[in-house]
Amino acid sequence: MEYATIEELVSLAEAAETSISEIVLQVEVEEEEITEAEIKKSMLANLKVMKDAVAYGRQNNIQTGGGLVGDEALKLGQYLTAAAESEKNNIYNKIITFALATAEVNAGMGKIVAGPTAGASGIVPAVILAIGEENDLNDQSMSEALFTAAGLGYVVSKKATLAGAAGGCQAECGVGAAMAAGAAVELRGGTPRMAADAFAMALKNMLGLVCDPVAGLVEVPCVKRNAFAAAHAYTASTMALAGIRSVIPADEVIMAMTEIGDQMPTCLKETSRGGLAVTPTALKIKEELRD
Amino acid sequence: MSIFEIMGPAMIGPSSSHTAGAARIGRMARLLFADKIDRAVVKLHGSFADTAVGHGTDRAIIGGLLGFLPDDERLRSSFELADKQGMEFSLEEVKLREVHPNTAKIELYNEENNKKLEIVASSIGGGRIKVTEINGSPVELTGRMPTLWILHHDRPGEVGIITSILGSYKINIAFMQVYRNRKGDIGSCIIEMDHKPNEYVIKHLENSEDIIQVRYLPRI
Repeated sequence: MEYATIEELVSLAEAAETSISEIVLQVEVEEEEITEAEIKKSMLANLKVMKDAVAYGRQNNIQTGGGLVGDEALKLGQYLTAAAESEKNNIYNKIITFALATAEVNAGMGKIVAGPTAGASGIVPAVILAIGEENDLNDQSMSEALFTAAGLGYVVSKKATLAGAAGGCQAECGVGAAMAAGAAVELRGGTPRMAADAFAMALKNMLGLVCDPVAGLVEVPCVKRNAFAAAHAYTASTMALAGIRSVIPADEVIMAMTEIGDQMPTCLKETSRGGLAVTPTALKIKEELRD
Repeated sequence: MSIFEIMGPAMIGPSSSHTAGAARIGRMARLLFADKIDRAVVKLHGSFADTAVGHGTDRAIIGGLLGFLPDDERLRSSFELADKQGMEFSLEEVKLREVHPNTAKIELYNEENNKKLEIVASSIGGGRIKVTEINGSPVELTGRMPTLWILHHDRPGEVGIITSILGSYKINIAFMQVYRNRKGDIGSCIIEMDHKPNEYVIKHLENSEDIIQVRYLPRI
């Protein structure tokens, strides 16, 4: 059994009347010649790292390499503690808090799970852990959703790229949001087809996103972008669950991403030679950090 | 490719290339040296030099030299731990020719055995690395498969002897590179294998007449 496209992944799941996560797991067993139990254990270990990062980032003011970020999740948490019940229980607020927490931990040399990359590592955990908390899901279910996210990202890595230096931020945070959207659909009881639609819708809306980090650091705009992308992923999953289809199929959106990435100028692909990175403030920050 | 390369690895942030890859480069240098490191000189090139502090590239390489994996939280405090373990180190910027933007040149010294190793290695994306030079000789070493680095006298049939020994233990060779500086001098070969060799294989190779050094490098 193998898959090279999102369509193949959906077809395999539909034919076997199972979930995308189950197909991804079985292919991994065949390909890597490792037992199912071991693979599940490794993914649970990933989930643990994600939970720890969120917990740490929410409660601590983090010292980062550039010092441009570090207390966003903490601030959000304080704001929500004092806010009305409806604000506290709003899943979007949870999602953005979790995403900021992880992205800050990453910026501060903390431990995270790179997925699809370190710079975009806050998106998938934020969506999955927030849905998990909201619905009292166990680690088993949440870790299954990570297989779905991984399988979707796997197709992108084979067909396109996951590197900001090659495809811009659409390939990092864009794909991260798309992976999270598909995983969220499965976690919320949707079909494999809906997961593919959520993936397509999330990625479509992040096409063209450039990678222009200030002073070359994974801080600005990266940390806050993780929060936006995570909220975005949840939006896509809700639309898909409602039966809203993506007019352009997922695999074609991936093709479009590649084409856009190829045409994107090098100064906007992780070189810090364009965009936000060359604004007066960014150049001043860069100068100050060098001293 | 495993899905754990997409949903993973668990690593110390902030950057797979500038932090995780840097730690792997340090660890690879340590494995190649295979002796107590008294002193390390780390020279950073290109983007590695430009954003080292912000990405923890410097701390990650030193942590790798101490043997830490990319997900080891001790990477953060590697400078202090190196001091404690008595490993002297210095960091400087360097401009190398025709190398990847994320490249480091590392020199390791052991005073007691009067040993020195110099490598050039690059972090080529997603935490993957490539050692491109060992002691001035060009190589291509990625650490993605179990690898042997063997130094031998450059004699006719020597490479055949090495591959026969591996074959007799049913070890399949995936990739192999052979180098030497001058005819009849010391040859160097890098063998990437599908299987991990056990201690008997290594002993057998070490006891072979014209083999000077055998270094086993696990997947990193």
